[in-house]
This record gives sequence, structure tokens and C-alpha cells, in this order.
Amino acid sequence: MLAYIIRRTLYVIPVVFGVALVTFFLFHVVGWDPASQMLGRHASKDEITALRTELGLDLPKWVNFSAASRQGWTHLFDSQWFFYCKQIVTFDFGRSFASQQKISTLMLNGIVPSLVLAVPIFFIELVVAISIALFAAYYRNTWVDRSLVVLCVVGMSVSYLVYILVGQYVLAYRLQWFPIWGYESVKYLILPVLVGLISGLGGEVRFYRTVMLDEMYQDYVRTAFAKGCRQRTVLFKHVLKNAMIPIITHTVITIPFLYTGNLLLETFFGIPGVGYLAVEAINSNDIPVIKATVMVGSIVYVIASLVTDICYALVDPRIKLR
Amino acid sequence: MKQQGPNTQVPKCPIPAPPDALVRLGTSSPTTPATLWQIAWRQLRRNRLAMVCLGIIMLYAGIAVYAEGTYWYYRLAQQTAPYRAVDFNHRFADPSLNYPLGTDALGRDVFRQVVQGTRVAFEVGILTSLIAIPIAVLLGAFAGYFGRKTDDAVVYTYTVFDSIPGLLFIFAVNIVIRGLLTHTPSGQTLSRYFDPGVIAVALGIGLTTWVGLCRLIRGEYIKHRDRQYVLAAQALGVRPVAIMFRHILPNVLHLVIINFSLRFPGAILTEVVLSYLGIGVAGEPSWGIMISDAKIRLWQGRWYELGGATLAMFFIVLAFNLFGDALRDALDPKLRTAEAKTA
Repeated sequence: MLAYIIRRTLYVIPVVFGVALVTFFLFHVVGWDPASQMLGRHASKDEITALRTELGLDLPKWVNFSAASRQGWTHLFDSQWFFYCKQIVTFDFGRSFASQQKISTLMLNGIVPSLVLAVPIFFIELVVAISIALFAAYYRNTWVDRSLVVLCVVGMSVSYLVYILVGQYVLAYRLQWFPIWGYESVKYLILPVLVGLISGLGGEVRFYRTVMLDEMYQDYVRTAFAKGCRQRTVLFKHVLKNAMIPIITHTVITIPFLYTGNLLLETFFGIPGVGYLAVEAINSNDIPVIKATVMVGSIVYVIASLVTDICYALVDPRIKLR
Repeated sequence: MKQQGPNTQVPKCPIPAPPDALVRLGTSSPTTPATLWQIAWRQLRRNRLAMVCLGIIMLYAGIAVYAEGTYWYYRLAQQTAPYRAVDFNHRFADPSLNYPLGTDALGRDVFRQVVQGTRVAFEVGILTSLIAIPIAVLLGAFAGYFGRKTDDAVVYTYTVFDSIPGLLFIFAVNIVIRGLLTHTPSGQTLSRYFDPGVIAVALGIGLTTWVGLCRLIRGEYIKHRDRQYVLAAQALGVRPVAIMFRHILPNVLHLVIINFSLRFPGAILTEVVLSYLGIGVAGEPSWGIMISDAKIRLWQGRWYELGGATLAMFFIVLAFNLFGDALRDALDPKLRTAEAKTA
């Protein structure tokens, strides 16, 4: 068990390394010079050179042989790649191009608003979706179930944008139930949470329903029916417990995404979270911020999936790292 | 990929014996048994909802082809296309016979823009599939068939790609591709012929969404690798590449098709979001841009523009979702056995 945990933990290192490599490759090898892209086409040569120095782009890409031969071998690592690695390890991604604030501060400031929005959506959606799925499973193969499934697919087919716009227009503007935009009190959060909830519900319900019905075809369910259990007992006592395994897997996988938040919701409702930061950065061509959000988002994801796997190993002794 | 599950739309007995099957058994003439595709098509055809959806998809495909035609016609003729014709005398026109969905702030016909939006949506859907599916199939096939080091490398690669949050990754790829298209000479020539927005969006979505299919394909190849037909082919000295793509691939192709039909609506929805955020298609009427433009007019009580783009998008996405489900039910043999032993 301990060996498994250690091996699984060590596996984080190559994955984070890989993510760093992919992002580095994307922005530094494939990508066009970020400095001139950020400054736009009317920038002077001096400005571009200055920004290139600030971003460390004047260094060679992988290893700095010329500096090493002149100033000693430690300067071998004066390169863009090692500069980037240092940024990741020290969690210091430099300054945002648009606002000149430290990126690490911006991201830390964004965590609370992101979580304040994402956590309620996450929990309410979990409870509501599982309840509806149980309801559908209870009435399986009847018109109730069938119309619920159709409703779910219809809900999935409506664009996220439409939910947001219609929610803002009808509920906030026309009926004046909620404020339209802002981040000041709990009242401002109700509408985004509601929109987030409704837009995600279709897919979730459908998934949980499938999970439940998969369980319905198992042998133990037939046994339970055979020994005379009632539908309700089978559903809530047997099926729900066994369905918990795929449900937990599915849920835990979505937890890291709480951090990156609901990009669109944050943008539309003016909630200053990490997602808002990312969208702002996209609009202002702020490449360092994008790079940092991608990198940190991945690290959070990797760590969360590590915790999940270890929890599984503790619960289920059959799991072994192949 | 989502878990397979029984679907209520599937008839209880999915594989009817062909009426002349028994007759054929007795004869010595070589008969071909019904292939998976024939069985699936037969089942699909009996699903009325799926057929309606297929009809809708065909209709949209036709519209997309038509829109592509008009787009290139006016582009090559170097004329202003009717959907871009600005007419200040008819700004904010209400729906009428001339303008079925009214006009926008520049007096452009909204209905024609919706039609052009179909073109962009289909371009993005097809291009993303053309990028993502080959990557997924190639990597999955090599990993599953060869195993060992190859497998480790591929699994490592997709673990890494899977760890990067989806939409953020799409943003990152998008911003880089955009930089390349606007600044490098080859990118500039490329974007003269093709819409740079479409390329950036398609590459962004395509390069980031291949992991799920790759994982599935790899799993299937691992299963098929030890089947007897593969061993027989190996014994006969068939080259590995031929075994992988001529012998095994047809047996896992249904996964690709299901993936395609479920990926399409996702790509359309993502394109709309990206275009809305201003990093997608620009300069051409896309549903995302239309929604973005129409948003302001919504507050003034003009909902035609928003409604037109939204409904057009809704029907195609819904049709693809429902059809993809039906296709999965028809093509996935695992599901068929699950359906047989109903509790």
C-alpha cells in the first residue's frame, strides 16, 4: 500500500514536467514572439527589446552554451526553459502585461471569488442531479423517464450563452429579482449559481441515470427483487450504494475545475475569479497570464487526481498501479 | 466517453433474423452474413426519432454546402455577398417577407447570416474531427497494438494532455495560432485563403480533445491484439501496420463514428463561445458573433436576431446529440447484451 502511494505520488513529477514541456513548446517554440504579439503592430523596436528582456526571451531556448563557456557552467541554465521552470517552482510568474500586477497575486486573489461561485453550484448540482436521476430510474421505461431523458438532451443542446443571456434578461432585467452584474453580496451570486446549475443539469442527470440503470441490470438487483424487496428498497438501499463508485469518480474529476471556475459565468456576471482573469488575459493578449493560468490549473488538477487515487487505494484494496 | 447504458428508444429485440436466413442455411451458395453495419443500419432505421434527426442533419448539411457555395461565389467574383450588404435604410427592420428574421444594426439580413453561420459551424465541426480523430486513432492504435514502451509513451502523453484544463488549453492554443497566423509570412498567406478564425478555433479544439477517443481506441486494440484473427494474420507474416489498420481498425471504427457524431455538437457549442468571446471567427457571420451583437439589442426588446441564431444552433446540436445516442445504441454490441437481460 505504502509502495503504491509513493509510486503514485512520484508519478506527479513527470506529469507536471510534461505539462510544463507542452506549454513551453506551445508558447516558446511554436508560438510567434510573445513580446511583439503583446505590444501590437505599432510598437517600436526598443519597446519590443525591453519587453523581451523582461520576459527572458532574449535568452536561448533550451540551454545557454555561449554563456556557459564564457562565465562558467552554472550559466548553462540561463535559458528560457530553465527560466520557465524556475517560475513554476517558485510560483512567481512575473507581472501581468495588462495590469502590471504580479500574476501570482492576481491568481491568489481570484481563488476566493471562483470558489464562492463554483462550490455552491457543485454541491447543489450533485444533490439535485442524483435525486432526479433516482426519480428517473424509479420510473424507468415509462413516459416519465423518457420525457426526462428528452428534456436532458434538450437542456444539453442549448448554448451556455443563451442560458446566461436569457437569465440576465428575464430574471434580472425584466422581473428585477436579482442584480444583473457585480460581486458585492450574496444576492449577486444567486443568479449565476442558478444559471450554472440549470445549464449543467442536463448532462449530469443523464450521466447519473445511465449509471443507475447500469446497476439495475446487475445480478444482485435481480436477487433483491427475487427475495421480495420493494422497488424503493432496491433503488435506495442497493442501487444507490453501488452506484456511488462511478458517481464519486465522476464527481472528484470535476473538483479541480472548481479552481479554473466557470469561465463564462464569471465573465458575464463580473465575478473577479480566475476564469475572469483568463478571459481578460485572452482579450488583452496577455500571454504570461494565460501561460500561468494553464500551468497552475494543470498542477491543481494533477494534485487533485493524486488525492483521488490515494483515497481509492485506501478504500479499495484491489487497486494497484500497473 | 460516457458510460454505456441502456436507452429506452432501443427496441426490445434489436437483431431480427433476416427472413430468408434459414433458407440460406441449407443452400451451398456462398452467402454473406449481415455485417455489423447492416444490422446497425437496420436498427437505426426503425428508430423514428433517429431518422428525423438524420433528416435534420442532412438538411443542415445541405444548407452548409449551399452557404459554402455562395461564400466562395461572391468571394471569387469579388462582390459584396448579400448577407454582408449594408443597407442603412432598413436598419432594425422587423421580420417581413423580405427579411424573414429582420435586419441588424447595419441593415444586414439576419436570416442570411444565420444560413452563413451554418457554414462556419460545419467547417469547425468537420475540421476539429479531421484534426482530433487521426491523432487519437494513430496514437491509440500504436499504443494498444505494440504495448510496452510505445504504450507507456502514449499513455504518458495523453495523461499530460488530459491534465490541462480544457477551455484554458483551447485559449492557449488559440492565442498562439492567432499570433502565428497574423505575424508569420506563411500564416499570412494561409489566412488569405482560409478564415484565420476558423483555423485557430479548429486547431484549438482539435488538438485538445483527442484524449478520450485515444483512450478508448487503445483499450479496444489491447483487446483485439490477442484475438485469433490477429494471431493468424501475424502467422501469415502480415506487416504490423497492415494488421493495425486493415484488420483491426474496421472492428473499432464504430467507436470513431460514435465519437464523431457526439464531438460535432460539442465543437459547435465551443465555437460559438469562442466567437462570442472575440477569439473565434471574425469578419464572417458566425452564430457566436451574431449572439454577441444581438445581446445589446435584446435589452431593447429585439429578440429576432438572438432567437434566430439560437434556434438554428439549438436544432442542429439537438439533432446531433439524439442521433449520436441512437448511433451508439445501434453500433455498440456491449449495449445490446445489456439490453437483453433486463431486470
